[in-house]
Amino acid sequence: MKIIILGAGQVGSTAAYQLSREQANDVTVVDTRDEILRDLQDRLDIRTVSGNAAHPGVLEAAGIGNADMIVALTSSDEVNMIACQVAWTLFRTPTKIARIRSGDYHRRPELFGEVAIPVDLAVSPEQLVTDYVERLVRYPGALQVLDFADGRVRLVGMRAVKGGKLVGHQLRELRAHIPNREVRVAAIYRSGQNIKPKGDTTIAEHDEVFFIAARDDIRAMMKELSTEEAPVHRVVIAGAGNIGFRLAQALEDRAQVKLIERNAERSRRAAETLRNTLVLTGDAADEELLLEENIDDTDVFVALTNAEEANILSAMLAKKLGARRVMALINKPSYAELMEGGSIDIAISPQTITIGALLAHVRRGDVVRVHSLRRGAAEAMEAIVHADNRNSPVAGKRIDQISLPEGTTIGAIVRGEQVIMAHHDTVIAVDDHVILFLTDRRHVEEVGRLFQAGTRA
Amino acid sequence: MNLPMVQRILGLMLLIFSLTMLPPVGVALFYGDGHWQPFLAAFLIVATIGLVLWFPVRRVRRDLRLRDGFLVVAVFWIFLGLAGATPLLITDVPALSFTDAVFEAVSGFTTTGATVIVGLDALPRAILYYRQQIQWLGGMGIIVLAVALLPILGIGGMSLYKAETPGPMKDQKLTPRITQTAQALWTIYATLTLLCAAGYWFAGMSLFDAIGHAFSTLSTGGFSPHDASFAYFDNAAIDLIATIFMFLGGASFALHFTAIRGHDPRAYWRDTEFKAYFWLVATVIGGSAVYLWLMGEFETFALSLRHAAFQVVSMQTSTGFLTTGFAHWPGALPAFLMLLTLVCGCAGSTAGGMKVIRWLIVFRQGVAELKRLVHPSAEIPVKLAGRPVPQRVISGIAGFFAMYFVVFAVLMFLLMMFGLDQVTAWSAIATSINNVGPGLGDVALTFRDVPDSAKWVCTVAMLVGRLEIFTLVLLLTPAFWRR
Repeated sequence: MKIIILGAGQVGSTAAYQLSREQANDVTVVDTRDEILRDLQDRLDIRTVSGNAAHPGVLEAAGIGNADMIVALTSSDEVNMIACQVAWTLFRTPTKIARIRSGDYHRRPELFGEVAIPVDLAVSPEQLVTDYVERLVRYPGALQVLDFADGRVRLVGMRAVKGGKLVGHQLRELRAHIPNREVRVAAIYRSGQNIKPKGDTTIAEHDEVFFIAARDDIRAMMKELSTEEAPVHRVVIAGAGNIGFRLAQALEDRAQVKLIERNAERSRRAAETLRNTLVLTGDAADEELLLEENIDDTDVFVALTNAEEANILSAMLAKKLGARRVMALINKPSYAELMEGGSIDIAISPQTITIGALLAHVRRGDVVRVHSLRRGAAEAMEAIVHADNRNSPVAGKRIDQISLPEGTTIGAIVRGEQVIMAHHDTVIAVDDHVILFLTDRRHVEEVGRLFQAGTRA
Repeated sequence: MNLPMVQRILGLMLLIFSLTMLPPVGVALFYGDGHWQPFLAAFLIVATIGLVLWFPVRRVRRDLRLRDGFLVVAVFWIFLGLAGATPLLITDVPALSFTDAVFEAVSGFTTTGATVIVGLDALPRAILYYRQQIQWLGGMGIIVLAVALLPILGIGGMSLYKAETPGPMKDQKLTPRITQTAQALWTIYATLTLLCAAGYWFAGMSLFDAIGHAFSTLSTGGFSPHDASFAYFDNAAIDLIATIFMFLGGASFALHFTAIRGHDPRAYWRDTEFKAYFWLVATVIGGSAVYLWLMGEFETFALSLRHAAFQVVSMQTSTGFLTTGFAHWPGALPAFLMLLTLVCGCAGSTAGGMKVIRWLIVFRQGVAELKRLVHPSAEIPVKLAGRPVPQRVISGIAGFFAMYFVVFAVLMFLLMMFGLDQVTAWSAIATSINNVGPGLGDVALTFRDVPDSAKWVCTVAMLVGRLEIFTLVLLLTPAFWRR
């Protein structure tokens, strides 16, 4: 697929990296900053074009004439929208994805469409990140909670803790522990190494376990892996930017939320709109302020300001002062790796979250949802088995008859409203949504091919 | 430094290169000249060395860093000189010394086209074909070929490509994937070669001569299977075809690609460097033709135009084919044509020299400095096709010029120390470092009679010139090796 990425910022570069790793994609990146482009081209096998991303001439130089998709990720919503408009009006580019940050635009979805602004998918990283953090707050103890099939099935990643009923036991005992509930363990990582989960695999302390379950079964499974976490009552959010503000809005009815913002003007505006949140003006790294606001009694502390270094430091401080769980928004993958699991419980990486939404659109075949995991090394995806796919290597087959690449497991199947946990003898039918977990992302193309519409095997 | 990976790629590329010993075996069998053993032996030797390098590290999978790319390219070109010399060393017709064999091979690969062999017409076909073929491989670059054929080079391919292709601004890829870019360049190169061979054939060359000369025309190499070069044919149509294709070989292949993909020949005219190249060639041809005619060198104007056009393009594109030769031409012409090789063709072409675009930018920078003397506070950017040239590129070119002339001077003094006279020494270095072929004085036709020490100096000059100074000189700097 020929893809043009506009904007070589954090998300743009990550997208270029992820997409160009797949041999089938030809990636061209457009940006105005020559040095960044040069760096990027030295690291990745892509082409770069320098210039304003919305100018027709620049787009033409980037080869939009025969591009299959443009992904507008510049820092300006307006440039992104105009670029999509230019691409559609002048070049009839089939797929146009734009990052639209401002909630104002999102509130009027009728803006986007063929007769209006031709954006096929308006991605809002702020919204994605807010949803992500909200899910994490809802399941204390989880490192990652990802939705499939509109949230009916979820993939949860968490660390096994001493006291969990299954810790120190073999996986096959799970059924005896929680009868009537079905859960599939998709992957286990022990000190960074991937272990294939089998019936006789013993879960050890500190293992990172990924499991797939229907929404209602998640809590039961989480109890198996760690001591019961008390539900979250008190949340402190640092930073009243787009994400912090939205998160406060989403949580304020269920928990007691405190929002700390340094900028007085911004905190006043947040206070005016929020109904149930206590907005504090001050520095989130100010020990006095945190103690004053009972940080030692806080269930979750989330640092969501624009400055990642400040996020790391204030989260570390909050942890030291006694907050039960701390999370920080960290852009740089190297920082995230450094901090996570150590002084900070969860590093929230906006680009990994955003990339998932983009990847689902880039994949051929019928992949509807993609989540990038473990900094892009692993991946979880949801694919549809199509009716026109008569000779499909999947439809009508039992799971153990399907030849899946190494490290790939089918976790669950969603058939209409029904969620079916995958067993070796489960038969896959047409129109099923199949949820897969890939421990090695290099097999993505192979898996995509299994679900490609109209393939003749 | 990522030495196992460097070793793996060197091994792989030697393996690929060893395959190029097989066509001469076919030629020998076809013409029945019995000279297939040297090539089969060379194939086995080079393939074995490649295998020995590759096998222990075949499983190493790491990305090549920029630095590794330079190392691979520099070392590979040195290997190439030695490996390419193997069959010439094995064969006893012609009986070449080690120095001569390496000189001939390097002269071939760097598309210089200077030769130490006299009596070409009597040599076996296989040897003659092999000489033409190494020119063709060296023209677009055998590393670019490897990048085209081995997708596994991936990201590392870019650093290899950058270290081998000539020009000051090579960040511009033609296609998103480097493999496709390399494939596109080779496809165009091969197609033009085919057209050129067909043209020669129709104009009256034998099939062997047509293919052989097409190889050394597009690569702007200059080897010929005949001692007399193009004078052997003395055919106006052949001269014209050669002139056209040498000119095309001296233009940027990226530009050919743009024009062909866009089905738009006007792309040539939009390119500032191409326009400058065209006008430079046209002006020099016109001036030389008139001068030669006035001085009575040729009887008719038509004849002087034909020879001026051929000889000027041949020198300007660093090919080095000869019809009448120019060393005996009157007045300033011999020295002038020799100096013209400093400019040579366009960036991204198969030509040698410093490239039109560098001179263009330096010239405009000079003009800007003049203006600045009059208007000290004026903001005067150096522009190319209406766009400002980044300061980094300009200073890069300034550095290139400085390095070029330092290397030039040092090598020239070495030649003089080895006993060559001034004219021979400077023209030998100019012709070697710019990958042209013929020089003036004692090296006007062949390098046979210069001492071995001087041949080695010229061999180094050819390699340094082909890899545009920096790639080789870089390896001599401590900064490159510091961890």
